[in-house]
Amino acid sequence: MNKELKILGIVAAFTLILYWGVEPFAHSQMHKHVEGNNLVYDGKADIEEASKDKKEAKKAFWADVKKISALKGDVKAGEATYAMCAGCHMEGAANMGGVTPPSLDHAGAIYDKNFLIALIKNPAMATNVDHKYKDTSTHPMGSISSMVSAPQDIANVVAYLKAKKAGEVTPKEAYKEACGRCHANRYGKLTQLGEIPKTKSNIKTGKDIDAMKYEQKVATEQGALADYLGKLPPDLSIIFRARSEHFLHTFIENPQSQLAGTAMPRTGLSKEGMEKVMEYLEETGDPSKPARDALGPYVLIFFVLFTILAYLWKQSQWRDLH
Amino acid sequence: MAHFDENAKPFGHKWLNERLAIDTLQRVLSAEYWIPKNINFLWAMGMVLAATFGILLISGIFLLMYYNPSTNLAFDSVNYTIMTEVGYGWLWRHIHGVGASLVFLIIYIHMFTGIYYGSYKRGRELIWISGMLLFVLFSAEAFSGYMLPWGQMSYWAGMVITNLFSGGSLHADGLVEWIRGDYVPAQAFLSRFFMLHVLLLPLVIIGAIVFHFGTLRLPHVNNQDGEDFDFEEAAELYKNGEKAKSKVIPFSPVFLSKDIFVMGVYFIFFFYLVFYHFEFAMDPVNFDPANGLKTPTHIYPEWYFLWSYEVLRPFSTNIGLIAFATAQVIFFTLPFMDRSPNVAPAHRRGLFKFWFWAMLIDMLVLTFMGKLPPQGIWSTVGLIAAITFFVLWIALPIITKLEKKL
Repeated sequence: MNKELKILGIVAAFTLILYWGVEPFAHSQMHKHVEGNNLVYDGKADIEEASKDKKEAKKAFWADVKKISALKGDVKAGEATYAMCAGCHMEGAANMGGVTPPSLDHAGAIYDKNFLIALIKNPAMATNVDHKYKDTSTHPMGSISSMVSAPQDIANVVAYLKAKKAGEVTPKEAYKEACGRCHANRYGKLTQLGEIPKTKSNIKTGKDIDAMKYEQKVATEQGALADYLGKLPPDLSIIFRARSEHFLHTFIENPQSQLAGTAMPRTGLSKEGMEKVMEYLEETGDPSKPARDALGPYVLIFFVLFTILAYLWKQSQWRDLH
Repeated sequence: MAHFDENAKPFGHKWLNERLAIDTLQRVLSAEYWIPKNINFLWAMGMVLAATFGILLISGIFLLMYYNPSTNLAFDSVNYTIMTEVGYGWLWRHIHGVGASLVFLIIYIHMFTGIYYGSYKRGRELIWISGMLLFVLFSAEAFSGYMLPWGQMSYWAGMVITNLFSGGSLHADGLVEWIRGDYVPAQAFLSRFFMLHVLLLPLVIIGAIVFHFGTLRLPHVNNQDGEDFDFEEAAELYKNGEKAKSKVIPFSPVFLSKDIFVMGVYFIFFFYLVFYHFEFAMDPVNFDPANGLKTPTHIYPEWYFLWSYEVLRPFSTNIGLIAFATAQVIFFTLPFMDRSPNVAPAHRRGLFKFWFWAMLIDMLVLTFMGKLPPQGIWSTVGLIAAITFFVLWIALPIITKLEKKL
């Protein structure tokens, strides 16, 4: 018995060393480690990564954001200014310069305050994709600087968003608003245009003309996106299992940190926004988790009982052998 | 013509016995199939492997009902249809994935048990060789199965491994195309690996398992001390009721009762992994759909192939391929490379004791290095470990020849 346990100990030790070497250790060596900034948008990483000629501009930009952030915003005045935003950010908005303006229905909840301020001030700088533009005012949202530019106006609009566009948001809504215009999620039945509508095929021909029309619309939208971003952003159905949670967090917080030069803009998610988006990604990428957690204990209890009975049987069989 | 009792009740004991000799079968295959008593739980690994193979077969059958071997649909049929729409599809898939990894862990334990106790010598050579044949078949089965989800790692592992068949400077590109059925891994490639995985290889594996069992029958199972004793005599003692004095036990129920207990412990571990820790068996890279235009940053095989991958990697193309091919078959030669007459556990065999642990640790180091990016210190360590692997094999006949007879 003692000898058996000693052998088991050796086998278990080698198995654990093997596991450590090919999993935690190998992965720690294979991927560059990126520290997140805890979803605080203060431009720290942007300034560090910036080339020499851009460093000062970035420092000044984020210092301005800090100043505006300290101003007290007037919700009422913000609502009036927001009318200018609503011209583009509306239900059924059309693609503008490659991408469709997102719905801002829950912007106050899912995006960080400082990020929103930075975004209105200079969208390309805020999203850390200024390297794509010779002149950042050519960003699809670049014209905002001619509409809302005074610090107090910016503070007001953000105060309005934080107060009035911050209702309860579902994981799916958060995903659609923050990610869904560029990233389809086919397991969640979402395209870049939103939910895939229910259509019916003609029973005599077997063809579904409405579905074909919708597919064409999606293909057109995807073409515009691919032209603007250089490639079609990947479908995120199962990204939850393809990347580690830490990677997703730091990548979403600052895409440049993990993939320098990427066309993906920072989305500026707040803590709540990140939580909801991750929840949705887990829902479509790892949908069996609740079922696993529910069934697991019963299966394990079954095998523990099985093993106890097997041990008793073994003891009875081996009793008179020694 | 045998005698058939007209009055025997159909499907009764006598009726069956006259037609199938069930008493004889039961006696020969279990009640009087003698196993040494002096064994530890490592002797249960054979049955643990048989059970794991059974689990892989059953879970595989369920997965096969929904898997779609088309390059357009394979990925989603695994990751969406089976994981979301099929009742308990996720359970079968995770059982299949974890089982595929664990079957190799147990194969390696089973192999190193055989090496440690010298269970490949003195009449047991065919047990070892048929076992190695199973190892190669399981490797092919694992590789072909890995192609099926058609993720990035499926595609690129398929690309890299089939490329090896070009033979380096031989430039046998025609052979590579013949294996793939195309210039690159595509539909023809997926279809044929699907066929191999679900039909041809499992059939051959089942045949090889039967052969492996067959090779055990005459030389008998080895024991903890490599002791050579008269099985007939020991069996007589047992049958006469002198169970404590006898050195053997019947396969059923005595040996089996211990096997089933060990299996119970193993299944607790197995299902713990299935429910709470399956990620180790399912590489994240393979959750990106196959894309021939985007090479993953790191391409590496599953953990059980890493040591032989690392034997390939540190050398130049041609030497690497020769080293790799040699490493694949060298374990077959073990019964003939070991020149010592002793059948005994390694700790009683002088230098062989050190050889055993050196080989085990070297393969562990190769495994670690096989996954790491081949840069800086890791390349050097990998090269040294690969050279050590061959040095150990060259040393084996010499040190075993010098071994004193026990």
